[in-house]
Amino acid sequence: MAEINNEFALAELKSKFGDDVLGSEEQYGMLTVEVSAEKAAEVAEWLRDHDRLTMNFLTDLCGVHYPDNKGKELGVVYHFHSWMNNYRLRVKAFCSIDNPQVPTLTGVYASANWMERETFDFYGIQFQGHPDLRRILNMDEMDYHPLRKEYALEDETREDKDDRYFGR
Amino acid sequence: MNNLPQNKNFDNYVSTETIDGEIATLNLGPTHPATHGIFQNVLKVDGERILHSEPTVGYIHRAFEKLAERRPYNQITPITDRLNYCSSPINNMGWEMTVEKLAGIEVPKKVDYMRVIIMELARIADHLVCNSVIGVDTGALTGFTYVFQEREKIYELFEEICGARLTTNIGRIGGFEREFSPEFMRKLNKFLEEFPAKFGEFDSLLTRNRIFMDRVIGAGPISPERAISYGFTGPNLRAAGVDYDIRVMNPYSSYGDFEFDIPIGKDGDTYDRFMVRQEEIQQSLNIIRQALDGMPEGLHHANVPGYYLPEKQDVYNSMEALIYHFKIVMGETPIPVGEVYHSVEGANGELGFYLVSDGGRTPYRLHFRRPCFIYYQAYPEMIQGSLLSDAILTMSSMNVIAGELDA
Repeated sequence: MAEINNEFALAELKSKFGDDVLGSEEQYGMLTVEVSAEKAAEVAEWLRDHDRLTMNFLTDLCGVHYPDNKGKELGVVYHFHSWMNNYRLRVKAFCSIDNPQVPTLTGVYASANWMERETFDFYGIQFQGHPDLRRILNMDEMDYHPLRKEYALEDETREDKDDRYFGR
Repeated sequence: MNNLPQNKNFDNYVSTETIDGEIATLNLGPTHPATHGIFQNVLKVDGERILHSEPTVGYIHRAFEKLAERRPYNQITPITDRLNYCSSPINNMGWEMTVEKLAGIEVPKKVDYMRVIIMELARIADHLVCNSVIGVDTGALTGFTYVFQEREKIYELFEEICGARLTTNIGRIGGFEREFSPEFMRKLNKFLEEFPAKFGEFDSLLTRNRIFMDRVIGAGPISPERAISYGFTGPNLRAAGVDYDIRVMNPYSSYGDFEFDIPIGKDGDTYDRFMVRQEEIQQSLNIIRQALDGMPEGLHHANVPGYYLPEKQDVYNSMEALIYHFKIVMGETPIPVGEVYHSVEGANGELGFYLVSDGGRTPYRLHFRRPCFIYYQAYPEMIQGSLLSDAILTMSSMNVIAGELDA
């Protein structure tokens, strides 16, 4: 039996999902696989039920926003963990900011419920099929998604501070 | 008294039968003396039995993830204090280790051991609070007052290292501000000497106390399968019988050097959660002793002037220290572009940091994997069909910390 490693996981994912695996990279030892957004839930379920990979635990689910990444501005980052193999894997699914739709993982992991609500709250990503997609940490009346990059933390009209001297 | 569990038969205990068919709505929280923190639960109750609950979270949301996108790396440590404020040092060091992982900093073995000592002290403090509060919620206030004196001593130890007690901001990226002082070592040894006896008193007050046992056995159980699906980690998961502990699974900070046991429970109920924490306190003491005995020689910080804030004294007296101090504070030190996930075994579960760096002075994106935010969503399922008083117990035994829940 081959050891469970990044090459094995990537090869298995590619052989199963083919063109839906859009890219991959390895950082600090962890494999990151980008899959097409509509396949995200399917990938998660397949990873969980795979008899060798057994990614049985959804460690983390969060959003990320790259405004310059046109057509793929918003992303969902999943961290899976296989406790049997002690192997971690990061999966990303990107969608456009005009139509931010990603299928929900609530059918695969019960823990995805609130994590997806949090991601919706902060990034406005619509999780298709989520049973209860409401804001969770911010108040319900809020009409924007505050972790998107267009919302500066500080008042941008301030003139007493010049950020050029501070790296950003 | 027919409602009390007989031979741990939870099926009898957890039932959704109505008593007389009248359903009332009860708003438990947001500020309720029985919930330790700001939690709101809108309950549908039939008599005292809970049929449905709808938790609302976010009352003390402070937008830490957004704040972190404007702050240089060393200024994010104080934010992490305010996540699980019962064991801030674990959060602080988890964050420092994340940055060290991103920047590729190797810290000396001595720093690892010092961190282990402090993190285990924090774990003891956290577990003491949680377990004694379970006692309070069952009506046994005495144990609480006993162990709070001990927790006070742990806070004095933190104070000796960093000057702060609750929100510690302990350590720096690359190591520690200074060596453990002789006064700290004296206090620590005294604590290690005296604590087991005091803890034994607390243990004998509750652990085999028939009234306490009748009260907590069978309250808020969860099966291992549901616990995994709900993203449980830490003592709550181990109480359900799954031996997942990051200190063993992905040893960080030289945890691999120490011999310790991972206690696990069987039923995942309040009593098991209590017992797992009781045993973890013993194991933590064990780890602290091993770390003290095996404390390596060396420096209390890594030799990385670009990341490690120099001592204030040096900043005033040495040119190099002044330059590096300026560069760190102004965010001029180069940080690699990349993404890193690092997790530590927090006092209530896997505390993870997902950090995306674009090479700028602040993180591009920082996400805290907050264990209790993830497992608190199982709460409605765990209390469905149980009595209101058991729901209170279940919540306190799950160690849900408002600061971490709402980030």
